Amino acid sequence: MQLTFYISAFVAIISTIMVITRFNIIHSLLYLVVSFLALATVFFILGAPFAAALEIIIYAGAIVVLIIFVIMMLNLKGEAIEQEKQWLTPAVWVGPAILSFILFAELVYVLVTGSNNGSPVVQQVDSKAVGKALYGQYILAVELSGMLLMAGIVGAYHLGRQKKKVTHRFLEQVEE
Amino acid sequence: MNEVQTMHGLLLAGILFMLGLIGVLIRRNIIYMLVSVEIMLNSAGLAFIVGGSKWAQADGQVMFIFILTMAAAEVSVGLALILQIHHQLKTLDSDAANEMKG
Repeated sequence: MQLTFYISAFVAIISTIMVITRFNIIHSLLYLVVSFLALATVFFILGAPFAAALEIIIYAGAIVVLIIFVIMMLNLKGEAIEQEKQWLTPAVWVGPAILSFILFAELVYVLVTGSNNGSPVVQQVDSKAVGKALYGQYILAVELSGMLLMAGIVGAYHLGRQKKKVTHRFLEQVEE
Repeated sequence: MNEVQTMHGLLLAGILFMLGLIGVLIRRNIIYMLVSVEIMLNSAGLAFIVGGSKWAQADGQVMFIFILTMAAAEVSVGLALILQIHHQLKTLDSDAANEMKG
């Protein structure tokens, strides 16, 4: 089980590195799906099967499909890849990468030196306990997240609305 | 039973968060920036799961569900904004969207 954790953690890290370095966005989204699946395995090993199922269904299923739909609507061509290659030069990524590594090194230092003796035995927390907590002590937060989703729907509809066309598309003048 | 060190789970969350941060910083395409923000949110959820696993409580997974909800709302609004930016500016360059007036 411990070996499974390390293997899936390795897969998650490698595929996430591939996500942020690919030039073709569809390729990087496929790597993102792999990363989410590996993280779902990690969740399962950590004793959270309900969260693993949610990770696959919502992240790898819904969110990535939504991004792919938008990319299909944008109708990106081959020159987008060329432009990405021009944008991602070493002069651009070296500085932020080094600074982020410094922050990560600090985080590792805090984690290693802190008093952290984890309980070795992982206990399963099944979906029944999660549901009891969700609709028991966290009921107010559930309603608030319902309002957040409603605001998200209304905001996405309002922002994504296109202006109505007055003339027929064959009659309007071509302007570019 | 299985044994997974809490520290290693938190280290994985830290590495993924750092990769997402690098992605936000080095990319100019807005879609890549949105995807990197998703990676960062996901790694925060992983940290909550690790904490919930350490104390064998359901609260970690509850927090993960809230993060999931927030990420879904965020990605829908963000994608609508991306569509609007592409419609108005004809590009996905985040540097092109530096004016308030479209």
